[in-house]
Amino acid sequence: MSAVGVAAVPSGEAQESAAEAIHVENLHKKFGQLHVLKGVSLSARDGEVIAIIGGSGSGKSTLLRCINCLENPTSGIIRVNGEEIKLKADSHGHTVPADRRQIERIRSKLGMVFQNFNLWSHMTLIENVIEVPVHVLGVKRDEAVAQAEKLLVRVGLAEKRDVYPAYLSGGQQQRAAIARALAINPRVMLFDEPTSALDPELVGEVLKVIGDLAGEGRTMVLVTHEMKFAREVATHVVYLYNGLVEEEGPPEQIFDAPKSERLKQFIRNIG
Amino acid sequence: MHSLEIAVGATIVGLLIGTWGAYGKLYGGPVVRDLFAVYTTVVRAVPELVLILLLYYAGTDLINQVLAAMGYQRVDISGLVAGIAVLGFVQGAYSTEVIRGAILAIPQGQIEAARAFGMSPGLLLRRITLPAMLPFAIPGLANLWLIATKDTALLAVVGFFELTLATRQAAGVTKAYLVFFLAAGVLYLCVTLVSNFLLGRAEKWARRGMPSIKEAR
Ligand SMILES: Nc1ncnc2c1ncn2[C@@H]1O[C@H](COP(=O)(O)OP(=O)(O)OP(=O)(O)O)[C@@H](O)[C@H]1O
Ligand SMILES: [Mg+2]
Repeated sequence: MSAVGVAAVPSGEAQESAAEAIHVENLHKKFGQLHVLKGVSLSARDGEVIAIIGGSGSGKSTLLRCINCLENPTSGIIRVNGEEIKLKADSHGHTVPADRRQIERIRSKLGMVFQNFNLWSHMTLIENVIEVPVHVLGVKRDEAVAQAEKLLVRVGLAEKRDVYPAYLSGGQQQRAAIARALAINPRVMLFDEPTSALDPELVGEVLKVIGDLAGEGRTMVLVTHEMKFAREVATHVVYLYNGLVEEEGPPEQIFDAPKSERLKQFIRNIG
Repeated sequence: MHSLEIAVGATIVGLLIGTWGAYGKLYGGPVVRDLFAVYTTVVRAVPELVLILLLYYAGTDLINQVLAAMGYQRVDISGLVAGIAVLGFVQGAYSTEVIRGAILAIPQGQIEAARAFGMSPGLLLRRITLPAMLPFAIPGLANLWLIATKDTALLAVVGFFELTLATRQAAGVTKAYLVFFLAAGVLYLCVTLVSNFLLGRAEKWARRGMPSIKEAR
């Protein structure tokens, strides 16, 4: 992606013309009294790979889960594909989606990959991959199967198409989960620490698949603890500390010339 | 010989109530939750025989009073329908708890994934929650089914001509008590054996995505 020489260029300038796939503005999230996100803003333009890094409990997962309303934000603006998620206050004063259909439509454009894979255990891999295209998006079954078979080839699981997830290694399950997310032809892929539940020797095969996607110019938001990987694939890195964006910028700036004291320490500890 | 029909009908009614009940208890608002809590507590607290008498007489009477108030003729509610309704109502309370437990046993991530891909609540229930909870629910539901086949005998108290009552009358007329009751016992046993076979198959199918636990001994 961006060459080392452009490290000083402000983020996203090269892609300023590209449409904004995800826009988050002044997002707050409270769990009861616990104020987890304290006004976070984030933007992902088409083709960008945003890596979110930060210490445990800093709110990375919460931020990602707010984007597709798996958690309801307490306040703030979220736009996906230019469409703002409509929120309202319920009878208890909690913010909830105002329009269930809208949320479902938006979610079906975001391919989420979870830390724990979360494949549906009563379905074979091919069934997992065609499930959403067939039942949510209304794709014809044989088309969906043909498409799913291609995706399974891509993630190297063609011969496992009729196997149930429980019979696969973690790395294989995560690759299948990536195929499931790709099957909806998502506008943006969301990854929440896709490799942190894996044995070290299985991490590489999953990172390779994600790296290939980044290389193809897929828009992605990626929460990760793999700093080396973030540096390789990300176009923009966001360092979250205690519910706020402490520092952000291109990977070269974040990893080689961090400004914030906390980020410096974080990189020293983790690297 | 309507014993089996009643047992099947009551189990189906029970499963429908149980699914709604479990959903209501898990995801419903406070009012819905309380209503189902009262339902499951009361039904499971009162002896079945008492419930059957109560629901049968009070229930038919209530329906007829409502009909009379609206200017309609009294109806004779068929024993079959009444039996299914009454036993189904009882079964529903137990099914609610079995299914609620089974839904809680589903790894929550699978439900979350379904939500994250834009499944509507109805689709999620049909495609994910029900099939995923089945392996955890079948043993408990199998118990309920077997109990239902035998609970039909209780309907004799409201004059329903089911297997046990038929046996008693046949035995009373012929005085061959042992023969008739043995025959009835064998019939109940056959139902149980066939059920066990079919339920075993069903459980195996429902667990198709789960490795055998024998190796994990
Ligand atoms: N459902 C919840 N209810 C209450 N508190 C929660 C909930 N989910 C998360 N939290 C809290 O919010 C804070 C941020 O959690 P989050 O999972 O976003 O952190 P994270 O940055 O993803 O951490 P990690 O790197 O460990 O995954 C934590 O203090 C956590 O305890
Ligand atoms: Mg997390």
